[in-house]
Amino acid sequence: MWAQALAIALVIASGVATFVLASGAYHSLEETRAAYYLRYRFADIFAEVRRAPKAVADRIAAIPGLAAAEPRITHLALLDVPGLAEPATGRAVSVPDLGEPRLNLLHLREGRLPERERTDEVTINEGFAKAHDMHVGATFQALLNGKKRELKVVGVALSPEFIYALGPGDLMPDDRRFAILWMSEKALAALFDLDGAFNSISLKLLPGTSQAEAVKQVDDLLARYGGTGALARKDQLSHAFLDAELRQLDALRRVMPPIFLLVSAFLINMTLSRMVALEREQIGLLKALGYGPLPIVAHYIKVVLAITLFGIAIGYVAGAWLGKGLTRLYGDFFHFPFLVFRHDADIYVIAAGVSVVAAVAGALKAVREVLALAPAVAMQPPAAPRYRKLLGAGGRSSTLVSQLTTMSVRHMIRRPLRAGATSLGIAMGLGLLVTALLSFDSVEHMIDIAFFRTERQHATLTFTDEKHQRALQSVEQMPGVLRAEPYRSVAVRLRNGHASRQLSIIGKPRDMDLSRVLDLDDRPIELPPSGLVVNERVASILNLRKGDAVEAEILEGRRGTRQLVVAEVIKSYFGLTAFMTIDALDRVMYGPRLSGVHIAYDVERQDNLFKAIKSTPGIGSIALQRHALTRFRETIAQNINYSVTIYVTLAVIIAFGVVYNSARIQLSEHARELASLRVLGFTRGEVSRVLFTELVLLTVLAIPPGWMMGYGFGWLLIKAFSSDLYRVPFVIEPATYAKATLVVLAATVTSALIVRKRIDRLDLIAVLKTRD
Amino acid sequence: MADVVFEAKGLTKTYRNGEVEVHALAGVDLQLFAGELVVLLGPSGSGKSTLLNILGGLDHASTGMVRFQDEDLSGLDDAGLTAYRRDHVGFVFQFYNLIPSLTARENVNLVTEIARRPMPADTALELVGLAGRMEHFPAQMSGGEQQRVAIARAIAKQPDVLLCDEPTGALDSKTGVRVLEALSQINNELGTTTALITHNAAIKDMAHRVMMFGDGRITGTQVNTRRKQPSEISW
Repeated sequence: MWAQALAIALVIASGVATFVLASGAYHSLEETRAAYYLRYRFADIFAEVRRAPKAVADRIAAIPGLAAAEPRITHLALLDVPGLAEPATGRAVSVPDLGEPRLNLLHLREGRLPERERTDEVTINEGFAKAHDMHVGATFQALLNGKKRELKVVGVALSPEFIYALGPGDLMPDDRRFAILWMSEKALAALFDLDGAFNSISLKLLPGTSQAEAVKQVDDLLARYGGTGALARKDQLSHAFLDAELRQLDALRRVMPPIFLLVSAFLINMTLSRMVALEREQIGLLKALGYGPLPIVAHYIKVVLAITLFGIAIGYVAGAWLGKGLTRLYGDFFHFPFLVFRHDADIYVIAAGVSVVAAVAGALKAVREVLALAPAVAMQPPAAPRYRKLLGAGGRSSTLVSQLTTMSVRHMIRRPLRAGATSLGIAMGLGLLVTALLSFDSVEHMIDIAFFRTERQHATLTFTDEKHQRALQSVEQMPGVLRAEPYRSVAVRLRNGHASRQLSIIGKPRDMDLSRVLDLDDRPIELPPSGLVVNERVASILNLRKGDAVEAEILEGRRGTRQLVVAEVIKSYFGLTAFMTIDALDRVMYGPRLSGVHIAYDVERQDNLFKAIKSTPGIGSIALQRHALTRFRETIAQNINYSVTIYVTLAVIIAFGVVYNSARIQLSEHARELASLRVLGFTRGEVSRVLFTELVLLTVLAIPPGWMMGYGFGWLLIKAFSSDLYRVPFVIEPATYAKATLVVLAATVTSALIVRKRIDRLDLIAVLKTRD
Repeated sequence: MADVVFEAKGLTKTYRNGEVEVHALAGVDLQLFAGELVVLLGPSGSGKSTLLNILGGLDHASTGMVRFQDEDLSGLDDAGLTAYRRDHVGFVFQFYNLIPSLTARENVNLVTEIARRPMPADTALELVGLAGRMEHFPAQMSGGEQQRVAIARAIAKQPDVLLCDEPTGALDSKTGVRVLEALSQINNELGTTTALITHNAAIKDMAHRVMMFGDGRITGTQVNTRRKQPSEISW
C-alpha cells in the first residue's frame, strides 16, 4: 500500500511543483526587473537625433509631465579585441562629467567611471568583461570616428538599459562581440564633433503622464535635428527582448502548470476512489460494529489527507527549489545585479487547494457509496458483475482469441467508464509529453528558416551612417569577399486607421540571394518592383491584406508621409519587418543610399578580411551568421532545455503514476481470479498476461487522444509565446509523437513488470477458502 | 494390484502464525491407488486441507517425502509445481473459483487450452449434465451448477488425479448429492483417482476407502465393502 501511496503522492507533487516553480520563477524575475528598473532609474522614453544643441534638451525637459531629461552622446565603434580575430562592435555611451547620471544609472561591479575628458578611459559592461576575462587595467583598440585608439578599462558595470546587449544586425546577444563602452561626455563630444550638443536623450515621465503625448511632443521638437522617432520603453531593444523572454516564461506558466495540476487532480480522484472502494468489507464491518458514518468518513479522509499533504509538501519543496534554480539561470543570463525571490502565498494555496479538493472528493465518493449499503451487504463481496459476451462466436468455442485475452477485454468492457478514465489519464500524460517535446521541433524549424533559408550570408556589415553606392564597390574589393548584396534600412511609422507601428523598411536588391525573403509557404520570392512586403505579424497588427494601402511616415532623411501599397504578406519569425526593392525604396526616399552590405566570403582569407574591416572607418559593426546561430542555440537551447526537462520529467512521473496505480488496483480487484488461474496450473507469465493485456490495450487506446491533446496544448503554448520580437512556429515532427509514445509505453511496461512481482507473491491457498 | 498414484511418508507441515507455531500435519503416511475414490474425513483444523494442498502441489511439506507416481514433489520448485498441477491435477474447491468474466464453456476452455490431452469442453459439460448452460456466466447459475462447471473444468484435462476440497460445503443436501453423483460417475466411467475432503461423515459411505483425520495425523482407515450410491446419501 505504501508504494501506491507514494506513487499518488508523487503525482500530486508533480502537479503542485510545476505550479509553484513556474509562478515562482516568473514572479521573481518580474519583481527583480521592476526593482532593478526602479532603483536604477531606467528611463521611459528614448530618442536619437543626428545632432541637437544642448539648449534643445532644456526645451524638452520643460515639456509638461516630464520628471527628468538627460541628453548624452552615443556612437557605434568597431573594436579590435586581443584574442578575437573577428571585429567586435561597441556602443559608446556618454556619462555626464559633472555628478552622477540622473537616469539609467550604472551599477559598478569593479573600478570606477572614466575621468572627465579622458578619451582613453572606458567602463565596460559586465557581459563583455566576463566573456573576455577583462578586469580593470585591460586594454583593447577601438575605431572611433576614423581613428584607431587604445582604450583602457577603468571599471565594469551593469545597466538596466542594456540588460540585453544586442549589436546591430544581431538576433541574439553576443557578449563576446558586442560591448557597451561608457566614456566621458566631454571625451566623446571631442571625438565625434558634438561639443555643446547631444545625439541621444533619455526621459523619465511623471506618474500619470500620457506616454503617447510625450513621444509626440519630443518628436516634434527633435524633427528638425534628424530625430528618427522617440521610442517608449516598451520598444526599447533591451527591454523588449527581456519582455519577450519573460512573456515566454509567463506562457509556460499559464499553460503547463494548470494542465499538470488538473491532470494530477483527476488521477488522484480516480485512484483514491478505487482504493477506498476496495475497503468495502472493512467499512461494512465498522458499520456493523456500530460506528456511525461520520467516524468512518473521518478516518478515510484522514488517510487521504495524509497522502495528499505529503505529496503537496514534496511539491512545495521541489517547486520552490526548481523555481529558484530557474530564477538564478535567468538572473545570470540577464546579468541582474541582484535577485528578488518572490513566493506568492496564493500560488501555494491554489495548488494545495486543488489537490486536496480532488483527493477528498474522490475518497468521499467511494466511502459514501459503501456507507449507503446495509452492513451485511457491504461485508459481502460486491454483487457478481454482469459480464456480456463480446468475444467468442455463439455456440462454437472461438480459438482465435485465447480465454486469457477474453478475460482482459471483458474486464475492460464491463466498466467502460473506468477503463475510459484510465485511458484518458494515460492520454493526458502522453499529451503533456508531446507538448513538452515539440518546442525542440519548433525551434529547429525556426533555425532552419532563419539561418539556412533566409539569412544565408556569412556576415552583415552595417555602416555608421548611410553611404553612397561607392561603398558597395569598396566592400566588394575587400580581401576574400565573394559576393556582396547591399541593403538599406529606413525608419518609418506605418499607419492604417487607428493602428500604427514604428519599424524599419528594408530595401533589398531584386536578385537577392544571400539574404532572402520567404512567402507563407516557405518559398523564396522575388520582391515586386514596387510596393511594400510586410510580414504576418505586421499585417495582423495593422490589419493589412495584400492590395491594401498603408500610410508610411518617414522618420529620417527626407521626412514626410507617403502612401504605399501592400504587395505581399510574408512569413518571418523575427521582429516586425517590411521589405521593398532597394530601387523602390530609393525612389520613396528621393535618392540612392546604402545602410550596409551582406557578404559571403572565402573563409580561408577570413583573417585578412577582418583586418581590413577593423581599419575601415565607415563600418559601424559586423554581424557574423555562424556566431548568431551558435548563440541562438546556446541561449534558446539553454532556457528551453531547463524548463522542458522539468516538464518532461514531471509528465513521465504522471504517466507512470497513472499506469502503475491502475495496474495495482486491477491486481487487487482481480486477485482471487488470478490466484485461481495459478492454482489451475497457469504459469506466472501467463497470469500476468491478463493484467498486461488490459494495460496495453488501455495504453494503445490512449494514443490517438493523447496525440490530439498534445497538439492542442502545444498550439496553446506556442500561441502564448508570440510577441513583436519573435514568433515560434508551431511544428511537430512525427518523431516527436513517436518519442512521446515510446516513453509512455515504457512507463506501461515498467509498471507491469513491477506489478508482476506481486502476482508472483499471490497467496494461492488463502484464495481457495474465501467466498467469491 | 493397482498402481500407487501417491505415496507419502512422514509428512509434517508447520506454520508460524505470528508468535504461535501451528502443527497442521504431525506425521502422515499414506498411499493412494489408481482408480479409487478416497474420502478424507475430519473436523476443521485436523490437517486434511493441508494434506490436499501438498498432494496437489500448492504447498511444500516441512519434512517428509511425497511422491506422485515416480516424481518426488518436494524437489520441485515453483515452476515445477505449476507444471505438475497443469499436467496432472484437477481441482474442485468449496467456493468453485470460477472466472466470473467467462461463460461455463469458456471456463472449461481455459483449462483445455493448456492441457496435454483434453476432452472437448462440450463433452465435459455434458458429463456433468450442463449441456444447456454452456453460454451462461457463473453469475447466472446456482451454486450447484457452478460447482458442476468446476468439476467439468477439472476433468476436461483428463487429469491423473482429481482433488476435491469440501465440494459440497457451500451447498444444500439435494444439490450436494447432485454434485456427488457427478464425481462418482466420473470416477466410475473415467477411472480418475479421486480424493475428496469433507467434514461431513455421511459422504464417507460412497468411497472405496476412508481415512480419518485428527490433530494432524491419520487416526484410522476404513475400507467400504459396500459403497452407497450418492442418491442414497443425505444429511
